[in-house]
Formats: sequence, structure tokens, C-alpha cells
Amino acid sequence: MSDFLSMGGYASSVWPSVVLTVGIIVWNVLAARRSFSEAHAEARRRVAMEQAS
Amino acid sequence: MDWTWFHRFGSPPHLYRIAGRLMPWFAWPTAILIALGLYGGLVLAPPDYQQGDGFRIIYVHAPSAWLSLMAYTTMALAAGAGLIWRMKVAHALAASCAPIGAWFTVAALGTGMLWGKPMWGTYWVWDPRLTSELVLLFLYLGYMGLRAAIEDPQRADRASAVLAIVGLVNVPIVHYSVEWWNSIHQAPSVMKFGKPTISWPMLTPLLIMFVGFTLLFAALVLVRVRGEILRRERQSRWVAEVVAS
Repeated sequence: MSDFLSMGGYASSVWPSVVLTVGIIVWNVLAARRSFSEAHAEARRRVAMEQAS
Repeated sequence: MDWTWFHRFGSPPHLYRIAGRLMPWFAWPTAILIALGLYGGLVLAPPDYQQGDGFRIIYVHAPSAWLSLMAYTTMALAAGAGLIWRMKVAHALAASCAPIGAWFTVAALGTGMLWGKPMWGTYWVWDPRLTSELVLLFLYLGYMGLRAAIEDPQRADRASAVLAIVGLVNVPIVHYSVEWWNSIHQAPSVMKFGKPTISWPMLTPLLIMFVGFTLLFAALVLVRVRGEILRRERQSRWVAEVVAS
């Protein structure tokens, strides 16, 4: 296990690269979902306002 | 030839529904393939005879770079279709590609810098490959900045589409920079004509990652394009029906 973590001496390059990429993937998933749900909520508010007026 | 599919694709409610239905079919394989590819690349693949375990950065670096170029090409082609056929959904698609592409350009540059440090002795050199990938990031940022700066959505669509199409010339420059100029960056191992120059145990996880990142891009675009369509179509009756239900 410690062999795996040390990455043959390249741990300080390999692990930050993996963390950066996986972090950007997770961030993009969350950002895409938030972007959609904001648009959805906005459209819903608009409909509610039109029905109220 | 039957062109009804083309007109249906151009219809916002149709694309909204199709995108929603297709998304899960991309999302789950994406998660599985990226998990498999990472396991294969970080654990199963043998170390490189020159770079030892340092070469494993390729499993996150090359797919990120691939996604950054694929997203730009998709964005420019969609923007072009939007200009030529005045398709609203094409502009919505182009706008959806930009933030995704920009983030994965950051991933490609960041992992490249982390790889450069131990192999070249420096995080950054003004090399053709690195510089053209940085230009790609600026193109994405310029595209998004231009859209944000123009208030009228249709003018924003047209102006940003022109920028996207002009910037497309940078995509082959990024790809071929290592062959056209004397670059410090290594030559492609997979994305080239002829046989790949790496062995199967190393190549298999990389191919899995390429497919995984391609599906990831599709899944992210499908989610974002639905939001874009809702924003553009908020006046229409179908949107009221969709969000009310």
C-alpha cells in the first residue's frame, strides 16, 4: 500500500494531478446540475407570477 | 432524404425532452468507465521504463486535453450551425459546451504542469503545445466573457459564434504542434495515424478513460443544454407546462 502511495517517488506529481482532475469532474457535475435547477426554478417562478397576476 | 429528424432536433421542446431522457444513459457508463480507467491506470498498468510511475499522470492528463479539444470543436460547429440555419438550440448547445471545455482545459494545463516539473524540471515553458493549449483557455474565457457582456441574447449568440468559429483554427494547432515545431512535449501515443506507441497493458486503461471522458462531456452537455433551453424559451407555453408538472 505504501508502495502504491509513494508512486515510485512521483507521489507529489501523480496524486495532485489525480485530485485536480477528479475534483474538476465532480465540480462540473455539480455545476451542470445547479445550472439546470436554477433555470428550472426561475421558469417556475415566472409561471407562478403570471398565474398570480 | 428524410430531413424531419433535423427539424425535430431543431425544436427546443423536443431537444429538451430527448436530452433529459438520454442523460442517464451517458452518466452511469461515465462513472463506471472513469472508475475502471483510474484503477487500471494507477494500479494495474506497469510502470514506464523511462518515467517510472510518473507516467501515470497520462491517465488524467491526456483525456482532459482530449475533452478540452472535443468541447471546443463541438462548440464551434454548433455555433456555426446556429449562424447558418438560425437554430436556437444550436446556440444553446454551443453555450453549454464553453464552461465544460474551459474547466477541462484547466485540468489539462494543471496536470501537464505537475507532470512537467519532474520530467522537464519546470512547471512551464513557452512551448508550442503548452502555449496553444493556454490560448484555448483564453478562447473559452473570451467566448464566455463576450456572451456575458452582450445583453441581447440573439446578438450575444451571433457575436460569440463568430469568435468560436475563428478560434477553431487553434484546435489543429494544439494537436499538431508537437509535430510541426520542435516541442519539448512528447509526441502523441494514441491520437495519431498508425499503431499506438504504447503497450496494451498501458493503453487499455487510457482508451477506457478516453471513452469515459467522451461520455462525461456528453452527459454534462445534456444537463446544461436543458437549462439553456429553459432560459431561452421562458416565454413559451411549453416551458410553463413542463415546469408546472
